[in-house]
Amino acid sequence: MKDMLVQVEPLIPALRRYARALMRDRAAADDLVQDCLERAVSRWHQRRDGSVRAWLFTILHNLAVTQFRQATARGRHMPIDEAGEQALVSAAAQEQRLIYQDVLGKLAKLPEEQRAVLLLVAVEDLSYADAAEVLNVPIGTVMSRLSRARDRLQQEMDGVAPGNVVALRSLK
Amino acid sequence: MNQRPITEDDLHAYVDHALEPERRAEVASYLDDHPDVAGRVAGFATQREQLRGALASIADEPLPAELNLSHVIEGRRRRPRRVWGAIAALLLLGLGGLGGWTMHGLLQEGSNGLSSLAQEAVYSYNVYAPDRVRPVEIRASNSSELTQWVSNRLKQPVKVPDLSVSGYRLMGGRLVATSHGPAAMFMYDDDRGDRLVVLTRPMSNRNLDTPMMPQSTGGVGGFVWADDGMGYTLVGQLPGDTLKPIANEIRKQLRPI
Repeated sequence: MKDMLVQVEPLIPALRRYARALMRDRAAADDLVQDCLERAVSRWHQRRDGSVRAWLFTILHNLAVTQFRQATARGRHMPIDEAGEQALVSAAAQEQRLIYQDVLGKLAKLPEEQRAVLLLVAVEDLSYADAAEVLNVPIGTVMSRLSRARDRLQQEMDGVAPGNVVALRSLK
Repeated sequence: MNQRPITEDDLHAYVDHALEPERRAEVASYLDDHPDVAGRVAGFATQREQLRGALASIADEPLPAELNLSHVIEGRRRRPRRVWGAIAALLLLGLGGLGGWTMHGLLQEGSNGLSSLAQEAVYSYNVYAPDRVRPVEIRASNSSELTQWVSNRLKQPVKVPDLSVSGYRLMGGRLVATSHGPAAMFMYDDDRGDRLVVLTRPMSNRNLDTPMMPQSTGGVGGFVWADDGMGYTLVGQLPGDTLKPIANEIRKQLRPI
């Protein structure tokens, strides 16, 4: 148990950040992290060798995906676009804050798969191999999703809606 | 001079600081010569910085009591979680739905052996479904060998359900050990990589026929039933209303004529 405390506890803030960035809702995200910790405690002895970080993110990611699917199956709208933006950036300076709100708003427009990979790699510093483990896909899929996620986010940031790209390019 | 060509993956690894120093230098010099690519990469780096900045404060917030790991550990020791979870589910969902499932699973443990079968399927799912190297022992390409093997060991003709109408491909299967003897496990996946496990074995009551019952344990759930003394279960990490039609399809295909 001691061993678990030492290895898991320092990762909780990062798990929280990932959950909140995915769910865009503080309470829902913290519930998810709590669920994740309970599972981690009960399955601690079953985990395979390897990164504890990847293992925890895997549990959390699967819980989030299940929740997204259940919400979709029930036809309920997840609070993706509007919720949580204030809470997300409360500590940032006013000017920076607008930039941050903007990038999070644009991130929210990405498909769930692309958001997840970008957050795991670019924010949570998971290696590509660990991200592949968390997402349960081959590493090549991680790379192609990452590439699509970054291009898509860039289009959003450049103010080009995805549908208009072809038309604009052909004008050149 | 014989430098490896720069790939798209290199560009991302450059942004994510995941390259060895020599390769990093090669990518950097490539970017010097290709301003358009450099512009794209700079955009990715900006995204990265902005995302990190925007989310950084979350990790600095003090943790609420529910996320205090010592409390989580203590909470588990003090109360039998499964029962509390079932009661909570009942309170939340009323007597129908998921609450009904969970209680059924908990209270009828052992009454006809189906709960154990469902539990065995969840164990198999937890062990084999996350396995990226060898989730199955015999692959779908040798499905006749697989069928023959498990039929011999179960001393029963075992059919492998075809779930292609539901969008799932057979990955293969294996024999798994249960406290009630060998069981046949089949694993399926879809285009998203979601995996499902079907587990079947003879029940101790060789005449057992039951309706289909939902079951779930810790995020993995599905349906379990018996036909003519054979127990079947389908489990995965999908909502019950997604799994139900797939379970119906399996029951239809496997039902003895």
